[in-house]
Amino acid sequence: MIPLSHYLIVSGILFSIGLAGLLLRRNLLLVLLSVEIMLNAANLNFIAGSAAHSDTGGQVIAFFVMVVAAAEVTIGLAIAVLLFRKQSSVDTRDISFLKG
Amino acid sequence: MEAVLFYASSAVAILGSLMVILLSKPTRALLSLILAMTAITVLYLLLNAHFVAIAQIIVYAGAVLVLFLFVIMLQGTAAVEIPLLKRFPPLTSAAGILAVLIFLSLFIRAAVRSPEFKMIGAPGDVKSLGLTLFSGYLLPFQLTSILLLLSVFAAVALAKKEDA
Repeated sequence: MIPLSHYLIVSGILFSIGLAGLLLRRNLLLVLLSVEIMLNAANLNFIAGSAAHSDTGGQVIAFFVMVVAAAEVTIGLAIAVLLFRKQSSVDTRDISFLKG
Repeated sequence: MEAVLFYASSAVAILGSLMVILLSKPTRALLSLILAMTAITVLYLLLNAHFVAIAQIIVYAGAVLVLFLFVIMLQGTAAVEIPLLKRFPPLTSAAGILAVLIFLSLFIRAAVRSPEFKMIGAPGDVKSLGLTLFSGYLLPFQLTSILLLLSVFAAVALAKKEDA
């Protein structure tokens, strides 16, 4: 039987990898992909907690996370397509319309 | 058997995620994310969450990541990422990695100290999940339906041409 802490450590490593990708990527699409890794790490944490406490609530929360991720991807990709249409680049350094 | 599956699929998940942030071609990064998600699905199955595992494959690997693939393909050759070392000034990258490592060490310290549970697992079949979802979590469920509707509106509003 795998102890809970092993699952927590795996999900922590995955979350850190996603965070590193968020900080070190410059392509907007790959930044969104890193956010997906972080959401999956959180899901793994929820499901490990669900198994430890023998409570189905954790799995239900994992479903809610998936729904929020789907909504986030829809809007994020629409924004990326718009940006690409406007300036034919998805580099996060080029997004500076709001700079004073 | 369980231990072998756990460590092998954890390793695949971690390596796949590392590839996602290190590979310079977006399509390859995306495909390795699909690999990582499939490995995470094995972890869900080990934790007795069968329905979540299948939904993960269908919703994430099947729908969300294919949507990503379409958008990456739409951009064609323009979607190339700058090589890792030229992306940011070295000091900025080092500061980012340092912050992530500090976070990771704090997290692992807390995880190691977590109390021991018997990992008996919650029932993960459709029936018990549905009972929990529609009894204890009815309001959040309704709110997610509103969220999905709003995100559809937002996507349509964003995708529509300005002069239309």
